[in-house]
Amino acid sequence: MITSIAFWNILRKDMRNYYLKPPNISWGIIFPFAWMMMFFLKSQTPVDVRAVLPGVMAMSVLFGTTSMLAVTITFERRSRSFDRLLLSPISLTWLMLAKTLGAILFGIVNAFIPVLMALFFIKLLNIDWAIVFLSVIFIAITSTFLGLFIAVSVSEVFEAQTFSNFFRFPMVFLCGLFVPISQLPVFLRPLSYVVPLTYGADLLKTAINQNGHIALEISLSVLLLYSIILFLVSKRNIQHKWIY
Amino acid sequence: MQQNIIKVQNLAKKFGEFFAVDHLNFSVMKNEIFGFLGPNGAGKTTTINMLTGLARPTSGRIFINGMDYTANIKKAQEIIGVVPEESNLYDEMDGFENLCFCASLYGIKKTEREHRARNRLQQFNLTEAGNKPYKSYSKGMKRKLTIAAGIIHQPNILFLDEPTTGIDIASARQIRSLLKSLNETGTTIFMTTHYIEEAERLCHRIAFIVKGQIIKTGTIQGLMEDTQKEKIIQFSFDGVVQANQFEKDFRRYFSRCFLTHIRDSVFQVRSAMSLDLMPFLSFFDSHNIKVMEAKIIKPSLEEVFVNITGIERDVMKKEKEGGKK
Repeated sequence: MITSIAFWNILRKDMRNYYLKPPNISWGIIFPFAWMMMFFLKSQTPVDVRAVLPGVMAMSVLFGTTSMLAVTITFERRSRSFDRLLLSPISLTWLMLAKTLGAILFGIVNAFIPVLMALFFIKLLNIDWAIVFLSVIFIAITSTFLGLFIAVSVSEVFEAQTFSNFFRFPMVFLCGLFVPISQLPVFLRPLSYVVPLTYGADLLKTAINQNGHIALEISLSVLLLYSIILFLVSKRNIQHKWIY
Repeated sequence: MQQNIIKVQNLAKKFGEFFAVDHLNFSVMKNEIFGFLGPNGAGKTTTINMLTGLARPTSGRIFINGMDYTANIKKAQEIIGVVPEESNLYDEMDGFENLCFCASLYGIKKTEREHRARNRLQQFNLTEAGNKPYKSYSKGMKRKLTIAAGIIHQPNILFLDEPTTGIDIASARQIRSLLKSLNETGTTIFMTTHYIEEAERLCHRIAFIVKGQIIKTGTIQGLMEDTQKEKIIQFSFDGVVQANQFEKDFRRYFSRCFLTHIRDSVFQVRSAMSLDLMPFLSFFDSHNIKVMEAKIIKPSLEEVFVNITGIERDVMKKEKEGGKK
């Protein structure tokens, strides 16, 4: 009972204090919008819009979740309000899940902003929406836990942003969204398969354009494995760094 | 015999080669106000952090309500309330929302937590400020709301780290009074302070902590008696009284006492042994000297602290102010 009430109220507080604040709502909309416009303006035909859609969706989730979580957790840590959560009887695992669920939901909503925009340009037929939803959820979870890992590794908000970019930009270029992995220099290709976004993007490619090249089960398993590892490492870091 | 609600055995916290808390042993009895008095860097906050779950002990054991919680203090957090030195509520939320949120962390249901939040706001004279954002509160108001948040789940034990540091005198007085009434309703209070007067006014027992070690523990009365090397009674006489009127007889009657003229008609009698007032009153009466006032002189807690720790009060104040900057 304690856990469920505390969990729900931490999530509710984060949604009200951070995710549903006008600047963050606009960030959540403008950011995918900007990505989408960038590619649409460059595209010449409707086929191109469809081709870039998985990439823009994956990037929206990645940037939305990592940015928000890295900032909110680092901010609460700086203002010491995170200590209040650590002093309450909710277990660290549930506390971390409550803190991350808001970002996961934010990421999922972010992912569908490009889809709504794409509807103005093309007809979204022959899409496996079940896999799209599943992919978005898995990308959002993995990206959020990456954001958590970053937030727990730094102590200042600006460090969180810098450290986030250290992961995000290489991931965007290595995951095969815009440059197919087969066209990357040979020495970079193994790195592509280390990046979790590769598997998320491939799932979306399979669902939207039927041109993914990794088996669905493998992609989902890898993303799940990344989520578990990032979560456990973050938990360990909190236990060692914040409960000193 | 009173029950120990907190018992600490050989509690230590080491950072590298440095012991911030150096093998502490103490216990806090149920329903008492126990104070940790010491300068900056003495290990007060680190001790509180270990007792509440924000720091892991390097060694030692922590018992709360008779149970060993050293390995998993989380299980004891339901009955613990913590008020940190720096207020840590949410700027974005108002006072009422902050209290309701803190109550929810302890599994209190919506209706009950709203009822409690309203009561606490009233108790701490914050009803009018209840719907204002926390960031607009004054330092004293923030402190009061942080204490209200610390007790919203009605904990058996309340930990307070420097409860009145940096706030105005009126708010500090109100907070002390609230803590006293809280203690009277059954809450055990463990507090740290560098204000000697605060410890003297509030605490039933005090531990002096310096460089991670407890130098002395006891009741204020006990600490004063232990420190006092000689007993002193001060007499104020009616009219002008000269020492030569009774000095010779005094030395004969009270051979183990020393008489000191303080000023005008004020004299002090000192002795290494315990002093009984009645023989002196009879003596002065027999010499036709009217005693207007007789009082036993005791050292202040400040003198006791300086005697025991060798640290001047001003040094503690300056350290604290320096630390704040």
